[in-house]
Amino acid sequence: MTKLVDWQKVREDFLFSHIKVYGKPLIYFDNAATAQKPRVVLEAMTRYYEDYCSNVNRGLHYLSGIATKKYEEARKIVANFIGAASEGEIVFTRSTTESINLVAHGLSKIHFSPGDEIVLTEMEHHANIVPWYLLAKDKGVLLRIARVQDDGTLDVAHFQSLFNARTKLAAFVHASNALGTINPVKELIDIAKIHSVPTLVDGAQAVPHIPVDVSSLDVDFYAFSGHKVYGPTGIGVLYAKRPWLDTLPPYQGGGDMISSVSFENITFADAPQKFEAGTPNVAGALGLASALQYVSGLGLLAIKERECELHAYLLRRLNEIPGLSVVGQANEQVSLSSFVLKGVHPHDLSSILDREGIAIRAGHLCTEPLVKRFGQSAFSRVSLAFYNTHEEIDRFIAAFSTVKELFRL
Amino acid sequence: MSDLFDLYQALIIDHSRSPKNFGELSLRTHHAAGNNPLCGDSIELFLQVVDGKIEDIAFKGDGCAIAKASASLMTEKVKHKSLEQALGLFADFHAMLVEESDETESLGKLAALKGVRQFPIRIKCATLCWHTLNAALKDQAHVAVSTE
Repeated sequence: MTKLVDWQKVREDFLFSHIKVYGKPLIYFDNAATAQKPRVVLEAMTRYYEDYCSNVNRGLHYLSGIATKKYEEARKIVANFIGAASEGEIVFTRSTTESINLVAHGLSKIHFSPGDEIVLTEMEHHANIVPWYLLAKDKGVLLRIARVQDDGTLDVAHFQSLFNARTKLAAFVHASNALGTINPVKELIDIAKIHSVPTLVDGAQAVPHIPVDVSSLDVDFYAFSGHKVYGPTGIGVLYAKRPWLDTLPPYQGGGDMISSVSFENITFADAPQKFEAGTPNVAGALGLASALQYVSGLGLLAIKERECELHAYLLRRLNEIPGLSVVGQANEQVSLSSFVLKGVHPHDLSSILDREGIAIRAGHLCTEPLVKRFGQSAFSRVSLAFYNTHEEIDRFIAAFSTVKELFRL
Repeated sequence: MSDLFDLYQALIIDHSRSPKNFGELSLRTHHAAGNNPLCGDSIELFLQVVDGKIEDIAFKGDGCAIAKASASLMTEKVKHKSLEQALGLFADFHAMLVEESDETESLGKLAALKGVRQFPIRIKCATLCWHTLNAALKDQAHVAVSTE
């Protein structure tokens, strides 16, 4: 039994309700691109800048002590939120993208030889394709791509069939940003484990919507972004099992990541500091920690229930529109759906909806191979958050009458 | 709303649905591909230029109604024009959309795309084909258009 939440009241925790677009109240259906921020997140960041702004891990003065303590507390909050064994397994980065690049960079130095293989899936975001493509070109490594089925689920048997003695890594998305599909990551990790292959999971779209426990998943690397889980932009997280963090070489060099420096010899700090060269995004880390506490306060199960209900309503209403087909019908989905409307290109649809104050995403959604796999060059995508409402979905559906009129459908 | 009706005039919808000069040219002297990496619109342009005059032109590609209609209208307009005239039209078209010039007499039917001005992020949809034409005539094989 999940607790009862007054979602109308929850919406008031956010500041975007006052925004008007072309004179109409904003309907924000682009949450998978970035989520709106609750007031508490902005306050946590402002408090840092107003009350104890100073650099961390240096300076022996009072303020630096507070800032360092708060920054390390933020790391603990992140660790708890995703079920890491300790905060020593949490590296703060700029984004999911940077987290994956950090791993690719490190693994390319110590883990890959020419002829090795990496298993990816067809539903990866470019952030989980391009770093591996670069590594593959650089090291003579082969990328093997697991197929997506017509219903938007991963072909797990095909995924399994791609493993062999040369497979050195499997990297896959937890929840697809284009299809909404929640992958059976535990099953995929277990398949990789049978072949002693380490795994990296791109959790950018999962962390805002479903409970994640990296320890029970027994995943090697898990990456996500702050801004999609109601935190600020410019802060991301890399979870990695401690032995990996101890083994991987540094990603960038600079201050904060060293133990001692001379021109002849440098010893590096222990992880996670080894991977955090330079002044970190302190305000970002504090904002993220505040966002995670906010989400925990609402309860991920309550959020999931609310979003499932909104998503089911969205799908029911979308199915009323003639000529519209939703892409991906996985049983397990986060609250987003992509679709195509016969005779209307997604960019045109997006422009028309925009004039009605409705923000949706249109294009290849940074998943070009997936969009092509479904025979399209672009999708339209609606991505919902718990603060969206049934009334907003109704207004969105009503706006299709304008589309119909303009395009004489 | 009226902005939308300015943008999606019947002429634009018609040209996007049934574009003129759509396809490839087997006999061609110039060719270029253009794309907008941000949104995925793409166009390929084929030209047969004889004695400094565009004898034939065709395009294929995939994109929104604005990108397709603009390419269709452009090919109609520049066919049988000299290269100087074609590039002059590019300048006039660009001026209409980017510099908000109201001197649209030379453009004829192309002035139907004036409504794109009210949608700044869509201007690149309308100009992609023109940038590609420019590239083809300068013998550049490919052009990527992302901003003005």
